[in-house]
Amino acid sequence: MILSYALDFAIGAFGLCLVLNLIRLFTGPTLTDRILAVDTMTVNALALVMLTTVRSGSNLLFEAALLLALTGFIGTVAYCKFLLRGSIIE
Amino acid sequence: MTFALEIVIAAFLVAGGIFGLIGSYGLLRLRDPMQRLHAPTKATTIGVGTALVASAFHLALQGQGVSWHELMIAIFLLLTAPVSALFLAKTHIFRTFPKSDLPDPGTGTPWATHDAAWPAKPDRINPPS
Repeated sequence: MILSYALDFAIGAFGLCLVLNLIRLFTGPTLTDRILAVDTMTVNALALVMLTTVRSGSNLLFEAALLLALTGFIGTVAYCKFLLRGSIIE
Repeated sequence: MTFALEIVIAAFLVAGGIFGLIGSYGLLRLRDPMQRLHAPTKATTIGVGTALVASAFHLALQGQGVSWHELMIAIFLLLTAPVSALFLAKTHIFRTFPKSDLPDPGTGTPWATHDAAWPAKPDRINPPS
């Protein structure tokens, strides 16, 4: 019972986080802010996927969350490397 | 016992939601790009890590034992958040400050961000003997 309320609160909080990140993604003055906003959105989407797992009671979406973590990190590092060096794999 | 575990998981979930909100609100609210780097890399990582711990212990409620996979994602996030923050800070320095504005690093070499010879060329890795 109390777990259901806490789960609703957490899902709402992370959904609101995604909206706030989206605002920063569109208004961010520098390119670094936009990369950071996309990175944070990936992490928040990962949290939403895991909370969906808790709600449905199964453990099937674990691989999806792991893939989100991996591709989010690699995307951030690749974009930063591209801006720093002009190429990703030198 | 089950009720106590439920209370603990609910507390983890609420803490995760609050920490995630703090991180994303800080990303929106802080003024300077380098200040904005603080909020998501610290508060959001803690928030998502807490939600992952709650998710890991949730299956124990149904008598299926703790699923330790989720802790793998949490450890991965804790390891990779500083790396991406470092790359974002380097990118910001590289795109914002010209070379002449940066203080001397005191090592006799230029800043690694502006050093054209980084990473080392193959002939530097294996100098001809």
